[in-house]
Amino acid sequence: MRLELRNLKKAFGAAQALSDVSLSASPGAVHAVLGENGAGKSTLMKILSGAERADAGELRLDGAPFRPSSPEAARLAGVSIVYQEPLFCADLTVRENIVLGSEPTRGGFVDRRRSAEIAERALSQLGQVSSFGLETPLRGLSPADRQLVSIARALSNADCKVLILDEPTSALTGADTQRLFAIVRRLAASGVTVLYISHFLEEVEQIASEYTVLRDGRSVAAGRVAGTTRAELVSLMAGRTVTELFPRSARTRGEVALELRELSGRRLPKRASLQLHRGEVLGIAGLVGSGRTELLRAIFGLDPRASGQVLVDGVSVAAAPVALGRRKVGLLSEDRKSEGLAESLSIAENITLSGTGSLGPYGLALPSNSRARAVRWIEKLGIRCRGPEQRARALSGGNQQKVALSRLLEQDVDVLLLDEPTRGIDVGSRADIYRLIDELAGRGKAVLLVSSYLPELVGICDRIAVMVRGSLGPARAASELSEQQLLLEATG
Amino acid sequence: MSGGAAAWLKKPWFGPLLALICVYALFSALTPDTFLRSLNLVTMLRQTVVVSVAAIGMALIIIHGGIDLSVGSTVALTTVVVAKCLQSGAGPATAVLAALALGALAGLVNGALVVGLRITPFIATLGTMSALRGIAKGLADEQKIDAPARGLDEWMAVVPGERLVPYGVWLALAAAVIFALLLGYTKLGRHAVAVGSNELTARLCGVPVTRVRLLIYALGGLLAGLGGVLEFSTLTVGDPTDSVGLELEAIAAVVIGGGSLSGGQGSVAGTLIGALLLTVIKAGCTHLGMQNWIQEILTGAIIVIAMTLDRLRQAARD
Repeated sequence: MRLELRNLKKAFGAAQALSDVSLSASPGAVHAVLGENGAGKSTLMKILSGAERADAGELRLDGAPFRPSSPEAARLAGVSIVYQEPLFCADLTVRENIVLGSEPTRGGFVDRRRSAEIAERALSQLGQVSSFGLETPLRGLSPADRQLVSIARALSNADCKVLILDEPTSALTGADTQRLFAIVRRLAASGVTVLYISHFLEEVEQIASEYTVLRDGRSVAAGRVAGTTRAELVSLMAGRTVTELFPRSARTRGEVALELRELSGRRLPKRASLQLHRGEVLGIAGLVGSGRTELLRAIFGLDPRASGQVLVDGVSVAAAPVALGRRKVGLLSEDRKSEGLAESLSIAENITLSGTGSLGPYGLALPSNSRARAVRWIEKLGIRCRGPEQRARALSGGNQQKVALSRLLEQDVDVLLLDEPTRGIDVGSRADIYRLIDELAGRGKAVLLVSSYLPELVGICDRIAVMVRGSLGPARAASELSEQQLLLEATG
Repeated sequence: MSGGAAAWLKKPWFGPLLALICVYALFSALTPDTFLRSLNLVTMLRQTVVVSVAAIGMALIIIHGGIDLSVGSTVALTTVVVAKCLQSGAGPATAVLAALALGALAGLVNGALVVGLRITPFIATLGTMSALRGIAKGLADEQKIDAPARGLDEWMAVVPGERLVPYGVWLALAAAVIFALLLGYTKLGRHAVAVGSNELTARLCGVPVTRVRLLIYALGGLLAGLGGVLEFSTLTVGDPTDSVGLELEAIAAVVIGGGSLSGGQGSVAGTLIGALLLTVIKAGCTHLGMQNWIQEILTGAIIVIAMTLDRLRQAARD
């Protein structure tokens, strides 16, 4: 075996990212690592590439123990990684990026000739005459070419045994993907083991010979790709039991509150159309990177619209958060720490931050008023805190999320755009938030819910639409959809 | 040769150079009888020497993603140290070495604050700016220190008919060449660009980020020390209140020359051009008989215009 992992464990604080992962890959194999969002794939790759260390378990490379202490150590041992977002220094040239950190020197100066040879050799391993010069700064290259440089960098150490590709096609077009596959096949044929991480099962079927499935931090299955159906892989990835209760009171579907007409962003989404009714929770399923967050941001005017229209209550609204706020639309960001909250402000200040209601005479914002408002929401949502003056930073994730939601409630928005509202929060807060969403829908509010957690989508949504690579599918009744069905569609 | 010409056009310092030539031509046309005299040229070069040397150090620091507000204080402190050394009977070589060592040490302290205590460079060097100024004043008893120059004044002297360009100018040029080579062709230099461009990537690629930062701040301090020596040569006194605001001029020179405050970009050549541009504007205004306050407004306007042009250039490139 080229690479063998046995019973790896890794925890971050209280969260057990990997609880038991084993994997073996043979030389020259393209080994797919499959799993849903949060299954532990990234953690595993970080351990392999030396960015993190396992708490327990055994790693062997060509039979010898392998415990890289740093990315550089892993690279020297022959394990290189190309990240989903290729890492590069935009101001350095192609040649400099490839040899960065291990530049050959002569007489105190960087040896340009030798580093050019190294870069040339690495690029030629990719089997093509590159369209860019070695002295081009990286910022002048297309994303696909930047990725090529990242791969060349990974191959530039003398003896690359294992190449890890993390979602390599997420930024690529179809033609570039095929070019990448040719490169991967070529590398595998030359004896390099490629660990291929992807959500896209069709790609896995095309390129991989063997697979390991991760679920909730465990490796649950492994085998050969040939002879395994896509449906089998999906059920291996999804197969969990639903333990949470999703409340669902009687909802009456009302008028259309929010309508999208062929809305396109600069890159994502692509011509998305949608009708969201009052009294409805509409879910958007899809993989990370499929454009769900970009869709919400484009609706709310945080990212520029390339084309298309957003209508609120039948009236077209300009692409600016202020304009949408005035039409009573609110957004809850997936990035709670940097966007969802002003962490250094108090709970009361956060809740009244949108500043729509009056907080005092003559346009003054009186702290006593904002405190009083905050107390109301603290009681209503059961936010656990020392009081409205406590800083948002000091709260737990679940309580922070409730504060962020309270801001939208205080604003009394009619349309709520919620991006991963339950990500990284405890089960109790999660149930509270489900109850809140249900209650809001019952009161005739319209909720657009983006989530990577499929049981949640199936559990609390009325309708669900699937987003694949920027394209939004039709919304269908949630009662007719299963988790397996959604996962299959999202990965195809 | 068209490829060569295109490469020139793309150099980040090409725009500033063009601006320098235009401004120079403008003042030459407006005051042909005084501005074009060789003595005026030499005066302008002399005026640029100290800020250029400090700005080369600033360029290194800005390119690697930092900033150093303590440069002016370091220059003042080193003039005092040179004066004190000479006053106590030490030779000029000792005085110069002491100044350079002290400058490098001050830079190293800046680097240690940034790397060790993880204070943002702006704040860390804001602190040392004040502290070093205080040390200079304390050391000098809040007075100018007269000291026998012992030949150090020769460094910046113009001897008409014999030596028109003072040694200090050549020294500054030599420093520029050395540090341009360091930045462009050594591991340390390229690592500095990598750190300024994307620190996370640099770290993952095995660049010793901490060491790079410490060394770059130390080199910046060393150059500020050299600037202090040259300042002493010009003034022939140690003056603890000297060079207030020099750091801002140095920063302006770097950014006019194509440097970016977010790191990764900038060059020694561009920085020198930026420093010269600032001097030419000042000198030209004086020749035109403009008052000081007009010069200051003009300088401000030039900086803003240079930045705007740079933004546009970058937007076109990306």
